[in-house]
Amino acid sequence: MNGGMNTSLQRGINSMIEQIDAPIATFFTSCVHCGLCADACLFYTETQDPKYTPIYKLEPLRRVWQQQYTFWGKLMLKLGLSKPVTDEELSAWEPLLYDSCTLCGRCSLACPVGNDIVYMVRKMREGMVASGHAPDDLKGATTRSIELGSPMGITLATLQAHIKHAEKETGLTIPVDKEGADYMMVLSSAEIADFSEIIPALARIFDHSNVSWTFASDGYEGTNSGMQIGSSDLAAVLLNRIVNAAERLKVKYVISPECGHAYTALRWEGPNLIGRPYPFAVVHIIELLDELRAAGRLRTEGMDDTRLTFHDPCQMVRRGGVIEQPRNLLKQVASNYVEMSDQGVQNWCCGGGGGVSAIERAEPLRFQAFNRKKAQLDAIHVDTIVTSCSNCRNVLQDGLDHNHMKTSVVGLTELIADHLAAKGP
Amino acid sequence: MNPQELLYWVRGTGLQIAAAVFLFGMSYRMLHLALLGRKKNLAAPRGSEWGPGLRTIWRRSFVLPELSARGKFTVIAGYAFHLGFLITLFFLSQHIDMLRAVLGFGWKALPRSIIDITAILAIAALIALLVHRVIDPVKRMLSGFEDYLTWALSFLPLLTGFMLLRGIGADYTHLLILHLLSVELLLIAVPFTKLAHMLSTFSARWYNGAFAGYKGVKA
Repeated sequence: MNGGMNTSLQRGINSMIEQIDAPIATFFTSCVHCGLCADACLFYTETQDPKYTPIYKLEPLRRVWQQQYTFWGKLMLKLGLSKPVTDEELSAWEPLLYDSCTLCGRCSLACPVGNDIVYMVRKMREGMVASGHAPDDLKGATTRSIELGSPMGITLATLQAHIKHAEKETGLTIPVDKEGADYMMVLSSAEIADFSEIIPALARIFDHSNVSWTFASDGYEGTNSGMQIGSSDLAAVLLNRIVNAAERLKVKYVISPECGHAYTALRWEGPNLIGRPYPFAVVHIIELLDELRAAGRLRTEGMDDTRLTFHDPCQMVRRGGVIEQPRNLLKQVASNYVEMSDQGVQNWCCGGGGGVSAIERAEPLRFQAFNRKKAQLDAIHVDTIVTSCSNCRNVLQDGLDHNHMKTSVVGLTELIADHLAAKGP
Repeated sequence: MNPQELLYWVRGTGLQIAAAVFLFGMSYRMLHLALLGRKKNLAAPRGSEWGPGLRTIWRRSFVLPELSARGKFTVIAGYAFHLGFLITLFFLSQHIDMLRAVLGFGWKALPRSIIDITAILAIAALIALLVHRVIDPVKRMLSGFEDYLTWALSFLPLLTGFMLLRGIGADYTHLLILHLLSVELLLIAVPFTKLAHMLSTFSARWYNGAFAGYKGVKA
């Protein structure tokens, strides 16, 4: 330490300097410290603690920008009038950048000067990882992903067991490593671990709709802990497994699972992570189901008449643009469908996205943040919440249990599978 | 230098220097921001960037996101200040005369009675925003020296201008000197402070809308 900064801190600061592009510099230049982003963040609204104000979570990055990219900042740093960012500071900011930010992006819609705040949080996490200031739980999840293939430690054997079980249950063959299939299905860890009903559901839907599909034994895991922790290098390693499998099997499409960040990783960050466009297209499972519905290839029968609502996963709506599709599907199978307040692009996060649900120490804060969702739910008295993100699903269930609420949580794909019409002529 | 000579300098050379710093400074700053560039997005687009970017420049002016008591206050006082300031700046007959001398053209001034209202509105809103900045926990935490400095630099031209119109506090020459000096300080400060948002906010909004538009998010 004597005589200079330690190397991991320097690495972190260098990484932040690298991350600062025209948009980020423009955003910091424009911020007038009005505080309007605070009210858009559920960690602020539910705690009223000013430190959870979104733009404040970026304070170290802002200082790096000021000291490296502005006239006065550079001068002040040279004259010793402003202090470089320290390890202590980054350490103090770790809970702000991880425990209390789900990368939900609501702040980016609220900012009157137009700052895409969550874009900056995602980039700043790169610097946090490089300087060694990411939560241990996320480091563990990322290491397990790299070494074992899944943040939850799920292996191919687990998936194969579920596939076997699903084949027995449905009487259908579930293709694995089928070369030349149109679609390659990717799952999330949470689906394999907690919601394996998705596998027979997919098999039945794809059989019903005559979709040519396959799983890949070397590219089935969509959860990308590398992206959540903020390491583009590790995110690329994980993503490449899917890309390589898709290229090996020569599929036309890769299907993103019901998992918000898997979708963002696969659909939007992926080609940028690996540095080249894909030779295939990526489609969210809900997008695909709605396409099949519109084409008359997905026909349902019977209606679920319980009072139900849809929870919009942040990465699907605000950060992903898939908004109408789940509603089109729901209206086909639910007769008593009601919208929450702030539905669609303005929906409130479940409180556990972006890696938050994997950080154990963040649980009390996450339950507090869940009060926002609870208030939305209390206003509409539903029996069922449908969603299309397995992580939302786990976090919602957790929050409901914590509050002794009886509302049940259902995955949209499974709900559709439960209402498939008999296979037509 | 007697007051007349000082006034001559302030409205001549002084103003020219300030205007030059403002124009060159802002051009340099905006160019510098743009030249930082960004990586080409390799993901297949679902929508486009330009249209949604331009739409967001306009639409973000009308976002009233959560409207907590604090948010409401900030938005209303913020609007009152910006509108009051801009109307006073561009529709006071003396200002138009001055701009006409530089630009070669002018436009119709608003009556003094209306300018009195817009100036008072801007002054009152700025004072209210300062008080709010100090008492609101979120804003107080976000605020630093620059926030208070830029507040003062925005306030002084309004205050001295109002005193000048009303003939309060000193004789016309001295007040005019003070008013022009405060304007010059403000012009010089803009490129180096958050006041640069007067231009950069348009590109910030564009990026925000463009990122969303690329993904097909209608925001």
